Amino acid sequence: MNALSRLFYKYRRFAKMIKLFLMISGPGIIVMVADNDAGGITTYTATGAAYGYGLLWFLVLLGPVAYFIQEMTVRLGAVTKRGHAEAIFDAFGPFWGWFSLLDLVLTDWLTLVTEFIGMTAALSIFHIQPWITVLIVCTVMGIMILRGRYWTWEKIAIFFCALNLVYVPAAFIVHPSISDIINQGFIPHFPGGFTGQLFFFLMANIGTTIAPWMVFFQQSSVVDKGLQEKDIPWGKLDTAVGSLFTILIAVFCVVVTATLLKGVQIESAAQAATILMGQSRYLGTLLAIGLFNAGFLGAICISLASSWAFGEVFGWAHSLNHKIREAPWFYAFYFFMIITAGCVVLIPGAPLVQITLFVQVIATTLLPAALVFLILLLNDETLMGKFKNTLFQNIVNVVIVGAIIVLSTLYSISALFPNLFV
Amino acid sequence: MEASFPPPSGNRMSEFLRTRFSKFREINEKYRTPRIKTTKAVSIALLMLRLYLFLLIGILFFKFITTILMP
Repeated sequence: MNALSRLFYKYRRFAKMIKLFLMISGPGIIVMVADNDAGGITTYTATGAAYGYGLLWFLVLLGPVAYFIQEMTVRLGAVTKRGHAEAIFDAFGPFWGWFSLLDLVLTDWLTLVTEFIGMTAALSIFHIQPWITVLIVCTVMGIMILRGRYWTWEKIAIFFCALNLVYVPAAFIVHPSISDIINQGFIPHFPGGFTGQLFFFLMANIGTTIAPWMVFFQQSSVVDKGLQEKDIPWGKLDTAVGSLFTILIAVFCVVVTATLLKGVQIESAAQAATILMGQSRYLGTLLAIGLFNAGFLGAICISLASSWAFGEVFGWAHSLNHKIREAPWFYAFYFFMIITAGCVVLIPGAPLVQITLFVQVIATTLLPAALVFLILLLNDETLMGKFKNTLFQNIVNVVIVGAIIVLSTLYSISALFPNLFV
Repeated sequence: MEASFPPPSGNRMSEFLRTRFSKFREINEKYRTPRIKTTKAVSIALLMLRLYLFLLIGILFFKFITTILMP
């Protein structure tokens, strides 16, 4: 009887913990899954087609990298109750503040355009006109925030995150060889030697792992959700679960294209979906849905990251818990971002390829600053108190940030000068 | 009774700009003093960031010159 009551107590405790986690989780899972946006899915698709399962081990390594960076935003947001843009203004003054804010808005807007490129390309596989796609996306994004509740927005966003798991059944449909995946994919090596092209793919995969908007988004999201210092462990778990999901989706996406399209030169995820549609209607459909959903998730997070940042700095009401009439500038900025970005895709002859390349370069001007500020803020004892970085966290984060800065800079240089590393 | 005339158009423009930019001035004033403790590490990091940005802008400028002005 005693053992039974102990078991029941443990069960109740476990159930309570799960309930608490479900209440607190959200920002970490959403930001991590949204990290696999249209550009990310295109990179994974191209990686699988170029190197088969050969770089799966590298993708797995990127999970902890993303976790260590994003975990810092949880602590900073929960302790300071400020978004990253406002924290930069406050700590480093107007020069770095304006630089970060304006660069963030430019980067986010250009990235939003690439998300719309991905979404329109995905739905064009089903013969849906781009203007209808843009209209649907803007309408759904509007509906998501109309309720004026962060909770509602978050749960809808998590539904779309779950939809990103379409790559899991897609990988089972193609019947990959498990032994090949383990032998070729999870034993670290550089397939075909360390060539210029391989280096480009490694840089591209790193570039998709950490984007500047992610830092700003998660910190503001933590603040808007109202996480407290006591919730930090749950926020960290949320981020860890999110990083697990993002790697899972990336790995399954690579497995699909590595199994069926190895050796085919893939320029975009939409192209891969179109080719696969010819082989298996279900598979092509799943990939197209996955690409659309990836672009949509990216769009909802990126547009919010900018609106939050502007609201924090300009002192506007800037919470998803406000109705539109209570925070008109916040929502006006949100709609301005998505509608203008959507309209760019509809302009005949718009330089979409140049925009896609330009995003990488502009993001590289902001990413180092955002990451360095993050580490400096996390080391400020007066600001962070007992939640400041430990020595271990500093060593890990400095190594990660240093590597990301060097590789993302080389990646953007290679985007400017394509023949440099080939 | 004194007739009221609208202010000259130049004044109206400067009034418009003044009210629009007052928010920016207010923000600059609010955050004028950086709150972070300026340790050696902070100074070095900010200096490195400035140099990095100069380098990137230089590369972008070079690309602009070589592709747009000297194709």
